[in-house]
Amino acid sequence: MAILEVRDIHTYYGNIQALKGVTLEVEEGEIVTLIGSNGAGKSTTLRSISGLTPPREGSIVFRGQDIAFMPPQEIVRLGILQSPEGRHCFQRMTVRENLELGAYLRRDRQVAEDMERVFDLFPRLKERERQKAGTMSGGEQQMLAIGRALMGRPRLLLLDEPSMGIAPILVERIYETIAEINRQGTTILLVEQNANYALGVSHRGYVLETGTVALADASDRLRENPDVQRAYLGA
Amino acid sequence: MGATVQELLSKYGLIALLLVLPVVYGIQDLRDDGNLAGIANNLFDGLSNGAIIALIAVGYTLVYGIIELINFAHGEVFMIGSFTAVAFWGLIGLGLGSSVIGLVLGLLLTLLVAMATCGGMNVMIERVAYRPLRGAPKLAPLITAVGMSFILQNVGLLWLGGSPKSVDDLIRAQDDLFTVIGINVSRADLLAFAVTVPLVVLLTLFVTRARLGKAMRATAQDPEAARLMGINVDTTISLTFLIGGMMAGAAGLTYALYQTTIWFFQGFQAGLLAFTAAVMGGIGNLRGAVLGGLIIGCIQQISDNRISPSWTPAIVFAYLILIMVFRPQGLLGEETREAG
Repeated sequence: MAILEVRDIHTYYGNIQALKGVTLEVEEGEIVTLIGSNGAGKSTTLRSISGLTPPREGSIVFRGQDIAFMPPQEIVRLGILQSPEGRHCFQRMTVRENLELGAYLRRDRQVAEDMERVFDLFPRLKERERQKAGTMSGGEQQMLAIGRALMGRPRLLLLDEPSMGIAPILVERIYETIAEINRQGTTILLVEQNANYALGVSHRGYVLETGTVALADASDRLRENPDVQRAYLGA
Repeated sequence: MGATVQELLSKYGLIALLLVLPVVYGIQDLRDDGNLAGIANNLFDGLSNGAIIALIAVGYTLVYGIIELINFAHGEVFMIGSFTAVAFWGLIGLGLGSSVIGLVLGLLLTLLVAMATCGGMNVMIERVAYRPLRGAPKLAPLITAVGMSFILQNVGLLWLGGSPKSVDDLIRAQDDLFTVIGINVSRADLLAFAVTVPLVVLLTLFVTRARLGKAMRATAQDPEAARLMGINVDTTISLTFLIGGMMAGAAGLTYALYQTTIWFFQGFQAGLLAFTAAVMGGIGNLRGAVLGGLIIGCIQQISDNRISPSWTPAIVFAYLILIMVFRPQGLLGEETREAG
């Protein structure tokens, strides 16, 4: 059974309709990617799932529960954590404080263990533990944003554009880590403008065009699809 | 080269600027009296006076830090705090004849009541006048804040009338307790520090250490990211107004005991000074607001005693303008907004 089912959601910013009926599914243990050009509705889909911009119509079912109209903090409590577009690290807080805030709703005693796990995944963060987030490079802040989301023990991890504005060598490192996070058992929904990276790491993909799903298939088949190659892979 | 000069000017120019008044009058004291007792007393009174301003300034800066709104009604919340305190201590029968123990316990209870009243009122003001306008252009809540301020001023006017009302000098505020190196420490001074110092220390600990304090800082820095952490932003904003109001309530009681006069216009006057203190210190910055309050208290005392009370507002604001020109972000403010 799918861990997340998004059914025909319509989302607006004021009067502007950004999603015109998006439907997608994520199975437990998968990495699913949403690709598409600027303004296709990729980030809006993640914002709808997280409750930042709730849909006006449609349903979002997470582990059997409709979350479409829940406030963001309830959605986080259910285990959906997002590393947002543009990273949004708390600039004037240290790396450690940012990670602690990722575990804001947790009451259990394993927070310290999870922080060690994040430091294992991103050794760079350990080195910068006491540094203010705002003084770090874009790539380091991206690691921090992902690590911060992991601190909430996600059942579903939403990643929005983890390659944006980052040196290619760091992007590769980050994508290796994303694969590793998934191998350790976290389900991931990944939004990415760089379709090369996204289709390389994911199991399945959806192509979004102007607020609807234009194409859905296994990632390796999408990579070979001539339309996808022409439009998104620069072939 | 030009940049370094500017840097030096902004760092040391400011310190020099702030030292002008005390140094000038210190030299005058040395020449006339042969010691520095006069200026030292001015500065000490300035600090105790500034402590009350600092308590109010904290409320401006916390609210600004979190929703980028100047809560113009905040000075009036402080005024209502004074009125509530006086009414409450009358209600429980505190008077000039009360015993010391009765006075201490009674005033502690009054402090709690004033803090709770002002905290609750500030939360309600946010619900009614600011929250519905969260998504509106910035000017809209600014106007409702001005409106709230006038409404509360008129509440004060109805409550105690249009002229200053003197209240029982419960603690015999101007009596000197002791003298250290020529500085006379009055009961009022001691009261101002005894209220302000613990509250500011507690507040700082809360904001930096407590879970909810961290949620406040997170919301101030990036509300959207805060939501993604599972922080309830509405609750956090209410909490900020609660704390700001509580500080104003404490300031209200302290002011009534310290000045022994209250009136409906005190909130506008003290609020203006406190807002100036918050801007001077770097709006959004807690330590900045306290520092700004103390500095303004000192400028005010020196001007009142050495120049003329009628010049005081002009001098205070001249200082504000000079500081802003040197350091637009305020004394402790960073280039971006800051909370904590």
